[in-house]
Amino acid sequence: MNRVDAKACPIIANHIKVALVGQPNVGKSMLINSVSNAHLHVGNFSGVTVDKKEVLFDYKEYHFTVVDLPGTYAFTDYTIEERVTHEYLCAEDYDIIINVIDATNLEKNLQLTSELLTMSKKVVIALNMSDEAEKEGIEIDADYMSELIGIPCIKVSAATKMGIEQLIDAVVAKHESTKNRPKLVFSEPVEEEIARIVWYLDKHKYDATNSYRNVAINLLKNNKKTYAKLHDEPIWTELQPILIEASEHIELHHNSDDIKEAFAEEYASFNRGIVAEVVTNKQLQEKKTLTEKIDAVLIHSLFGIPIFLFFMWSLFQLTFEIGAIPMEYIDAFFSWFGDTIGATIANDDIRSLVVDGVIGGVGAVVLFVPNIIILFIGIALLETTGYMSRVAFLLDGFFHKFGLHGQSFIPLVTGFGCSIPAYMSARILKNDRDRLLTLFIIGFMSCGARLPVYVLFAGAFFSADMAGNVLFIIYISGAIMGLIAAKVLKLTAFKGVDEPFVMEMPKYRLPTLKLIWHTVLGETMMYLKKAGTYIAAAAMLVWFLSNYPHNLALEKEYGNKIAVAATQEQKLSLQNSLDEALLEQSYLGTIGKFSEPLFSPLGFDWKMSVALQTGLAAKEVVVSTLGVLYALGSDVDEESSSLVNAIKQNIPFPSAIAFIVVIMIYLPCLAASVVFTREAGHIKYFFYLLFFTSVVAYVMAFIAYNITLHFF
Amino acid sequence: MQTLLDCKKGCKVKVIKLTAPTELKQRLISFGIMKEATVEVLEHAPAKSTIEIKVGKMRIALRAQEASLIEVEKI
Repeated sequence: MNRVDAKACPIIANHIKVALVGQPNVGKSMLINSVSNAHLHVGNFSGVTVDKKEVLFDYKEYHFTVVDLPGTYAFTDYTIEERVTHEYLCAEDYDIIINVIDATNLEKNLQLTSELLTMSKKVVIALNMSDEAEKEGIEIDADYMSELIGIPCIKVSAATKMGIEQLIDAVVAKHESTKNRPKLVFSEPVEEEIARIVWYLDKHKYDATNSYRNVAINLLKNNKKTYAKLHDEPIWTELQPILIEASEHIELHHNSDDIKEAFAEEYASFNRGIVAEVVTNKQLQEKKTLTEKIDAVLIHSLFGIPIFLFFMWSLFQLTFEIGAIPMEYIDAFFSWFGDTIGATIANDDIRSLVVDGVIGGVGAVVLFVPNIIILFIGIALLETTGYMSRVAFLLDGFFHKFGLHGQSFIPLVTGFGCSIPAYMSARILKNDRDRLLTLFIIGFMSCGARLPVYVLFAGAFFSADMAGNVLFIIYISGAIMGLIAAKVLKLTAFKGVDEPFVMEMPKYRLPTLKLIWHTVLGETMMYLKKAGTYIAAAAMLVWFLSNYPHNLALEKEYGNKIAVAATQEQKLSLQNSLDEALLEQSYLGTIGKFSEPLFSPLGFDWKMSVALQTGLAAKEVVVSTLGVLYALGSDVDEESSSLVNAIKQNIPFPSAIAFIVVIMIYLPCLAASVVFTREAGHIKYFFYLLFFTSVVAYVMAFIAYNITLHFF
Repeated sequence: MQTLLDCKKGCKVKVIKLTAPTELKQRLISFGIMKEATVEVLEHAPAKSTIEIKVGKMRIALRAQEASLIEVEKI
């Protein structure tokens, strides 16, 4: 590609805007990945694409904009995804639809297709997962299918990139052609009524953008928009009786009083016809699929839940055991890096800022990257294999008792990774009350950013072989508190009818390494980016607040004492008391001291109080704040330079437990709070959440502190 | 009247009527659960709180409450 091409603006001619539509789990996002090498998040449970995403790329002399719309089973506006997609398709401006279809399940997928065909838009069908269909013995005659439906059908496979070029070529060809006559044949009574309405519209030369046939179909289907449009026309008075009679005729034929149900049956029988014509099924005998075999074990009514708990427990063990291996090296690297950089800076203040403030703070955060990578791999595996839906199935009965929905499980588990995507994925809950309730308790699921704090404290107070178990207990007890909170909220603030539970259980898929890699890389980079910018800035601020104002009198007084001290030991202890005294009269010390009375019932000293308050910005900052506070306050020999030891020496066990409890419950972070407010729909919910979590955190920490105090 | 909830694990039935309210009915239909459809019961979750069924090639999880709104007959 030459430079001129690259600079060409997408608005210039030859621009094709494509709407990518399909049922959930047919591989739309993966298809975009294959087409454009973009890296969207690809999941294997219903509802990964909630927002529509745009991807731009060039092919031959065309500029493509592909809009990846959320997966939708039909135009029923049942979930938020369906509403987003339906509204986009009806109201927005685009050139052509690519309808992505799961070739292994043609009949079900065609249900959406038949609805698309009544929209008078150009459509191209992508028969995705064709390689998989062939393996299963399903042979589809794509050419014959194109002929029958009247729109191009192309076999593709997003996974192996088969047929991608043919698909784009077909899109271009369809875009250029002026012909657009999809064939959708209904039963005789419906065709009769359509013909009658078309004849009537034609007689009155009704001015429509859609074809008369489609207008007629939409009228018969009770499509609100078409109704509203025709309602103001003079022909309406004559049309209305015809429509009423037509509906009665069709309903009689289908033995139903619901015209939408009647049409669904019409579509279904048309689709059955298509499938019967174009699909040859080589495997005639019903063999158990691999998915069924796996399901027989994983969702077994007795073993299912223990297996799930075992998976979760293993994940936390791995997070700690394997994650601990590179931590030493990272720690060593940052202290070496700090020393090396520090040696080149002459000014004391600047050196302290760079070494203790920035490198120390960021280092403390980077230290936990291995743990976070492992946790995200686990969550990515849960999502992409399709196991997540099984867990929702297993746990719905249990969740339902607490007033939650089986599907609440998806945002809740995502919450173990990061609260922000968790808040966003709560949109899969259609019912507002159910969604709000789930939003309120997502914070109880400890996010990845809280992991560093736990690892730090578990490492300081427990032996290495116990730490993994402690971590597991922290996560589980957080989740249990969340469930109890849900029950309390359901009985008080969120009373009402339950949302129905109807969910697809997708096929099990082995995720590609590339997919996992991209997901984990994305999440980890986000974490590191935060460490590099936000957290570095916060660490600098904390450093400043803990170093200023300087107290020269105090420094001089101690300086003299140190100068006359006899032994090295005395000098060291004097230096320590000086550091401590300086810290106490700093800005940070003042803030901590001011809020200390509030936190003293929980056994927190002012340093811990300050760390908690900075943690409102982000949980990673808690660790870096503790790092700055304790690194400055303790002596500087090899042994205690590590934060773990500083904490072991300075914080009593009961206070540490109370501290962990507060971290588990109170607000996740500033960014998550913003997202929460947006998803909940009103600022008042944020204040409810702030109040609710703060009170619960304080009370629980108080209880935990006093119990621990009693026993240890 | 027999509903889907009454079916044992492994049995195959035909849907004869959906008694669900309109919105849920549309949802069921969009999953292929409609009159004349053949449904196979695959698995019950503990305490029969949720059931897994198969319609065509699609596996669907339903809560007991929803399953009781689908009238079926043996084939």
